Amino acid sequence: MQFTRLLFVLALMLSAVTCVGGANAQNVDDATLRPLVQALAGDNFDETTKAISDLVKTDDPRVSSILNALSAGDLYVAKADKTVFLGKRDGSAYAATDPLTAAKLDPVPRDAAEKIKVNNRLRRDIAAAIGGLTLMSDKPAERRSAAEAILKTRDPESIPLLDQAIAAESDKDIKALMQLARAAAVLSSTAPDDAKIAAIAEVSSGNSRDALGLLTPLQGVDGPVGDAARAAIGSINSKLALWNGIQNIVYGLSLGSVLLLAAIGLAITFGVMGVINMAHGEMVMIGAYTTFVVQQIIRASAPGLFDYSLLIALPAAFLVSGAIGVVIERGIIRFLYGRPLETLLATWGISLVLQQAIRSWFGASNVQVGNPSWMAGSFDLGLLTLTWSRLWIIVFALSVFAVLQLVLKKTMLGLRMRAVTQNRRMASSMGIRTPWVDALTFGLGSGIAGIAGVALSQIDNVSPNLGQGYIIDSFMVVVFGGVGNLWGTLLGAMSLGIANKFLEPFAGAVLGKILVLVLIILFIQKRPRGLFALKGRAIEA
Amino acid sequence: MFSLTTKLIGTLTAAAMGASLALSPAKAADDTIKVGILHSLSGTMAISETTLKDTMLFLIDEQNKKGGVLGKKLEAVVVDPASDWPLFAEKARQLIEQDKVAAVFGCWTSSSRKSVLPVFEELNSMLFYPVQYEGEESSRNVFYTGAAPNQQAIPAVDYLAKEEGVQRWVLAGTDYVYPQTTNKILKAYLNAKGVKDEDIMINYTPFGHSDWQTIVSDIKKFGSAGKKTAVVSTINGDANVPFYKELANQGIKAEDIPVVAFSVGEEELAGLDTKPLVGHLAAWNYFESVDADANSDFIKKWHTFIKNDKRVTNDPMEATYIGFNMWVKAVEAAGTTDSNAVIDSIVGVSVPNLSGGSSTMMPNHHITKPVLIGEVQDDGQFDIVYRTPGLVVGDEWSDYLPGSKDLISDWRKPMSCGNFNVVSGKCGGVTN
Repeated sequence: MQFTRLLFVLALMLSAVTCVGGANAQNVDDATLRPLVQALAGDNFDETTKAISDLVKTDDPRVSSILNALSAGDLYVAKADKTVFLGKRDGSAYAATDPLTAAKLDPVPRDAAEKIKVNNRLRRDIAAAIGGLTLMSDKPAERRSAAEAILKTRDPESIPLLDQAIAAESDKDIKALMQLARAAAVLSSTAPDDAKIAAIAEVSSGNSRDALGLLTPLQGVDGPVGDAARAAIGSINSKLALWNGIQNIVYGLSLGSVLLLAAIGLAITFGVMGVINMAHGEMVMIGAYTTFVVQQIIRASAPGLFDYSLLIALPAAFLVSGAIGVVIERGIIRFLYGRPLETLLATWGISLVLQQAIRSWFGASNVQVGNPSWMAGSFDLGLLTLTWSRLWIIVFALSVFAVLQLVLKKTMLGLRMRAVTQNRRMASSMGIRTPWVDALTFGLGSGIAGIAGVALSQIDNVSPNLGQGYIIDSFMVVVFGGVGNLWGTLLGAMSLGIANKFLEPFAGAVLGKILVLVLIILFIQKRPRGLFALKGRAIEA
Repeated sequence: MFSLTTKLIGTLTAAAMGASLALSPAKAADDTIKVGILHSLSGTMAISETTLKDTMLFLIDEQNKKGGVLGKKLEAVVVDPASDWPLFAEKARQLIEQDKVAAVFGCWTSSSRKSVLPVFEELNSMLFYPVQYEGEESSRNVFYTGAAPNQQAIPAVDYLAKEEGVQRWVLAGTDYVYPQTTNKILKAYLNAKGVKDEDIMINYTPFGHSDWQTIVSDIKKFGSAGKKTAVVSTINGDANVPFYKELANQGIKAEDIPVVAFSVGEEELAGLDTKPLVGHLAAWNYFESVDADANSDFIKKWHTFIKNDKRVTNDPMEATYIGFNMWVKAVEAAGTTDSNAVIDSIVGVSVPNLSGGSSTMMPNHHITKPVLIGEVQDDGQFDIVYRTPGLVVGDEWSDYLPGSKDLISDWRKPMSCGNFNVVSGKCGGVTN
């Protein structure tokens, strides 16, 4: 490979440099460097690769920033005179600077310049080349990415370089990373067996999944190295099997909390009030669109608040969906109490109307809801990768559940709601305005669906069809958990989520879903009222 | 279960819209030639298909500005099959029998194409199908202007193997006919190239799948076997967004495990924050970013027509453009819109495509096109990193599947056969 040779040259040069006493390599003058930079705009990737290696050979300090710009796609070539420049989009032109002198050039119109193309292979080459250049950098972040680049290339030629870097490294984490990179390089080199066995021990002490990638190629090797590799792989695999079980549970909880969020509003409108509300999914969808609108406003007027956009969207979504819920209850559903079939058809009609309204308003395509920075990325827990967005959604679903329980059990409104749903006449004769409580209960259920939409906008598509994907699941959870019982909804959602995730690896996503459905049907046959059946006279009403 | 609701809702919507959407005026004037447009304007496929309806209206408008065809103006007849496959057949019959259209442009999913195919053969009309598909089909009455697997999937796999040095393959797709057939062909192709079964992982998910945690973590595991790994994605529609989000969130970068997609184009990226996707690949026969005069001209006119200069163009639009122009040229050559005459005259017709060359209708009713591979950029456009040196002829019967490798299709007389078995020398041998 191209960069193997290149790194070798580098290693030689660096060691030569250090021999002379650490004096930095003499800068190459612009006249020699410029044609090399020009060559980056070659006709094909092979020419660009060659130009990169030529550039790196000069060991000029400017090279790494030029290559970084190339990798980021900021390097352009003017169509007319083929000059290479550093461009930044500025309206219909590029603000241009000279890559060598950083001098400002005349802006170049967009259609008069072409971006110098890079593909993944070139980006990897550049990362490896820069890795060699920056292994001794004084910025820890650069040293870290340099070590990561070498870990990926596993280039034996970089061992002497790494040895120097390890000796000079003060940061513990980066040092460990460098040692891992060195071990990886040793494994792909022709080093003697005992060095390799030591490297295997070094590798298998770290992150097991990376280690598996490094050790698997050695599996078929005969002799002590192969034995050590096989033993290490065996122990890693047994560790991974344990973590697989944990992963299924955690992912199951995460799926369960999504189900819980989608279903919890329905647990109120359907579970507590007994309204078969087919427009429930649309309340979720409206919540997601509210998030979109809130983000649009924030983007336009106060971009600094973007990280708080979800917190702002939560009350907004609750109010919007809740208000629509109250309107639907007062306008349509209140005339249909006690007529489930008509309610079903009417709410289905409402759901179609709402979908089409959103479609006409925002267009049929998906809209883009951004992730605040604290929702992006992931972290490792042991051997498990958990994304922040999923973790926050678990936390969020559980807190929504807790707040809802509090409202129902500890507030006057909750007391009235329970009273009305358990015995409407009795509640009415106690002086409760039942129609008013009905409207508020339906509004509460719809509002909760709305804030579920805020959370779901982070992990799913925000399109007019968003709600359809959740309506069946929501009914499934509520019926499975037991109509009228919030704890049943919680337990139902979590057990369905975990069952799904345990089935998925064996049966695949499609069959897994079918199996879950079959299990639910069997369960409902056995216990028609779900996990937690309501007892007492209330069910007769 | 979702498809059931979707279907029910689709049918209801269709019924509701039937009255209002009778866009076809009943006057059967002799001074116009009617052209049928059969794309879903409601239901799940509306996202993709509405654009193609607009494209057809745009092309017909352009053609009428040039004086129409055979001295007559073209008149569009738009119907809405509402993403409901059986309804496609009904609407196709209505277009041909009641509206007497000269040709129909439409369909997106393979299911809808399979549904209308018998109607077009029975009534001997013409369908131009503008979307990439799984192949294994050739009809006298259908013209496939989208890519066959050898015009999209196989060059993409070749690119990954050569440029990225990929040795381990994840074939991930949505669970329906196009991904399954494409993956079957790809698996046979990879096996033929010496890739072992243990280095191929095949995974299917339902439509609209949104919880990708397990699958992405499986891909990560599969990719940590010390060999360069890539994902070949035939995941369709909406499900792509959470898939790419999960990839980015779990820290899989395009440099580590690149994803090459066959169903993700400019239109799909429009609803997506593309920053985490930069470097992932897509294979098509056209990208909006193609540097060609024909393309910039097309984009400019399209923006004027649609009155929105943010609307993107994509591959199925180019396929519609090619198909429409081929039909116009064939009708002019035949001097009539009669199906038999046009079907005979269209083979060999060559029209400019938008990527700076020209495409030709082949005797198997597929066309020649270049294959382009693009990398996603942060502005939602693709940067073309590879282009086949010449044009690739669409191969209707894959050479890599045991059931179809001996079959060819040639609709010229005297052969006029869609599944000629070159071993037995007989027409009609689907299996050997």
